[in-house]
Amino acid sequence: MPQTVASPDPQSASPRFKLPSIDVWAVGTLAVAVAVAMPILWVLGLALTPSGDIWRHLVDTILGRLVWNTVLLMVGVGVGTFVIGTGTAWIVTMCRFPGKRIFEWALLIPMAVPAYVIAYVYTDLLEYSGPIQGLIRDAFGFETRHDYAFPEIRSLGGAITMMTLVLYPYVYLLARAAFLEQSVCVLEASRTLGKGPWTSFFKVALPLARPSIAVGVSLVMMETLNDFGTVDFFAVPTFTAGIFDVWLNMNSPSGAAQLASMLLMFVIVLVGLERYGRRKQKFHHTSAHIRALPGFQLSAPVATLAFFACAIPVTLGFIIPAWVLGAYAMDFYQDTLDANFLTITGHSLLLSGLAAVIAIVLGVFLAYSLRLGQVSWIRTVTRFAALGYAVPGAVLAIGILMYLGWLDNTIDGWARGTFGVSTGLIFSGTVIAVTFGYVVRFLSLSFGSAEAGLGKITANMDGAARTLGAGPMSTLKRVHLPMMQGSIMTAALLVFVDCMKELPMTVILRPFDFETLATFVHQYASDELLPEASLAALTIVGAGIIPVILLSLTIARARAGQNAQNIEPTLIDLEEAAP
Amino acid sequence: MSTLPQTQKNTTAQRKPLLSLSLVALGLTLFSAAAPLAAHASDDVVNVYSYRQSFLIDPLVKAYEQKTGANVKVVFASKGLLQRLQSEGINSPADVVLTADINQMAEFEAENLLQPINSATIAANIPAQYRAPDNMWTGLTMRARALYTSKTRVKPGEVTTYEDLAKPHMKGRVCTRSGKHPYNVSLLASVITAKGEKEAEAWLRGVKDNLARRPQGNDRAQVKAVMEGECDVAVGNSYYFGKMITNDKKPEQKEWAAAVNIVFPNQNDRGTHVNVSAAAITKSAKHYAGAVKFLEFLSSDDAQGIYAASNFEYPLKKGVALDPLVASWGAFKADDRNLSEVVSAHTAATKMMDTVGFDH
Repeated sequence: MPQTVASPDPQSASPRFKLPSIDVWAVGTLAVAVAVAMPILWVLGLALTPSGDIWRHLVDTILGRLVWNTVLLMVGVGVGTFVIGTGTAWIVTMCRFPGKRIFEWALLIPMAVPAYVIAYVYTDLLEYSGPIQGLIRDAFGFETRHDYAFPEIRSLGGAITMMTLVLYPYVYLLARAAFLEQSVCVLEASRTLGKGPWTSFFKVALPLARPSIAVGVSLVMMETLNDFGTVDFFAVPTFTAGIFDVWLNMNSPSGAAQLASMLLMFVIVLVGLERYGRRKQKFHHTSAHIRALPGFQLSAPVATLAFFACAIPVTLGFIIPAWVLGAYAMDFYQDTLDANFLTITGHSLLLSGLAAVIAIVLGVFLAYSLRLGQVSWIRTVTRFAALGYAVPGAVLAIGILMYLGWLDNTIDGWARGTFGVSTGLIFSGTVIAVTFGYVVRFLSLSFGSAEAGLGKITANMDGAARTLGAGPMSTLKRVHLPMMQGSIMTAALLVFVDCMKELPMTVILRPFDFETLATFVHQYASDELLPEASLAALTIVGAGIIPVILLSLTIARARAGQNAQNIEPTLIDLEEAAP
Repeated sequence: MSTLPQTQKNTTAQRKPLLSLSLVALGLTLFSAAAPLAAHASDDVVNVYSYRQSFLIDPLVKAYEQKTGANVKVVFASKGLLQRLQSEGINSPADVVLTADINQMAEFEAENLLQPINSATIAANIPAQYRAPDNMWTGLTMRARALYTSKTRVKPGEVTTYEDLAKPHMKGRVCTRSGKHPYNVSLLASVITAKGEKEAEAWLRGVKDNLARRPQGNDRAQVKAVMEGECDVAVGNSYYFGKMITNDKKPEQKEWAAAVNIVFPNQNDRGTHVNVSAAAITKSAKHYAGAVKFLEFLSSDDAQGIYAASNFEYPLKKGVALDPLVASWGAFKADDRNLSEVVSAHTAATKMMDTVGFDH
């Protein structure tokens, strides 16, 4: 680790402005951590205030249902994404069949579709009045609902399916990276020892990839916990839906905060389990001996199976939703344009761009502060600052609303008392409030990427730069940042796209008369007006595709060399960005 | 050594766009943050928080702005306005609150967020039973929570009361939106006040057992479901019938409406459950005079006429004519017990929805 102990270099003797005793990095890190922690602490504090008989009522009525549904949803989506993500990753990494090269990147694309958008689309297709059931009724002459059986899309099962279809790429991405990293020699050893391909997969490849897959699945589960749009639309009572209900329908902030705190505990257990699962990661990859992947040639029937195994997730997760939205957009784009589409898009771009820039700056700052590592508690503090991703948006939104309201009115009270001037609301109901929420939630993405990016730069570089007289800031600017550009750009894009999709915080924190693409689509779709909002939904999907394409190119490059060493930082960054 | 200056050059060049981008972004942020403050400067401004949807309120706002030259800024949301007002405290920009339901308004009053409306005009325009006794809020329009029955599958007289919805012959034939929606909570509250909690809960369970599908969608979607054959009876507010029948923009809604009859239930006992849309002035209002003027306009002949004609609601001001279409549905007996009774049963109703698990 490089040391920042002041070196007696000649330049520092010049009469430049200096901060003699304050360590900017330590103080800055602490400040960021405190700012980021505030909303969460506010929720916890609020949970301690009495909520009347609301809690009693919750325990008596809906709490059990909330816990049960949340657990089922997480397990369902977790298992679904694990099976699809790992299975497709293995097939495209290890086998040769028609379409393999396309599927390698195409399997990522459903990631661009927010879960609530796919939920709207499939409801539109599959509900009683939708075209599919209409066709069935026409074909068989059914008159009413009682004449035939059809699964209800607005249900827990529906929610699990929808989320699985758009979240499996997280697992796919990380599982594939892990499979690519594995030494083929290990697999060959397994085959030489008489194990078939299936046994080798289950006994060797899968356990070796377990840490990465665990990260992928836990990312998926956090996204699942965070979801508001889908469960709201499907009326599936999960924790997030319950928090909104208690807070807004029962008007009990403290009751909502109590639910939120319970959810937080859920998340902490999840993060703990995930870390526990990852603890042995360092012992993997004992062989550095890496050769080209074997690429099993599949027989025609098996190849067909492989083809469909990959084609179905892509079709259901992207092609059908995009097609339906596209068809609607052709007919109804004028309605979307009439509803101030351009302004709304501008809002989304502004908020997401702003949040991405701030998150990157802070993320790099934290990561570099960690690298400087002067103060022993910095590691703990930075870890804490990066916890936001694990906290569902609904929880953060309550904390931020309450915290900023308190802050505004405190500042205002102070200003009135001291200067006789009212400062009004400085943060509440402004772009700042939403941006703050985004940054708190997505800081861990940028921080993780920056940390991973920095981790690949040898400490000798720091040593050389410092010996040549550069200070920590100058070393960061002149040495590290240029080298981490790739990681930073990827992280910025990821944050940007996540902000574009973000729904629960945006709904609550946005300024009034201020729609973003996500809130617009949610509002219209909830009002049975999906066609009128289809252009906006397509825009969100379109924005989400950009980073997916970048990731795909990265994967393609990795494949070109058939060599794990060629995997660009981005893949690993994503893995390490996981909280 | 020769590479180092070059690196520096590159870095500076690459860092600059990031820097300028963040400056631009910051500038925009401050601008948007300052925009609402600027609005305070002018006095002819009324800031409105509205739970009522924009398509219902926009025509009224336009008419008021044209008439007075004032600037009305409305924020529409289906949820969370109260929480927002609370957290903004005395600095809230909102002057006026519009709600679609009496209970929504009662919550604002219970949280001490309102101040009395001192206006002889409103007192003269709106009958006392539709105003708060302490003048904290006033009703503006009335609507009935009606039943929509299939023209082909429901025989006349088969469903004439809310109680019928819970009877065995309606098994699998009822559609409604979420039980947590204010309209349904208020309906349940009215049943609680009429029959007591125990009987109301049995009724709610009965309705739940008779649902054709899980509660979902809005009121119009229920009528659509009747047309599609998914269910036979739907619960919905009266004005949506008019909105659907006259919907030229989405003509398919005319077909939905054409498939149903509107039924005003409980004509032989307590009457049909009615609710009001209401307005109030916030405690923190910065433009009190302007807010009173705006509310006076909403209670005037002009505005009440717009409510009646373009929204198909029942105007509360005496002497304002019903829209001919609404009149054609016939006069009906309204459950006109004091609205405050319904309000007092509101909490019990919200909880009962959970206890019964109506939505799940």
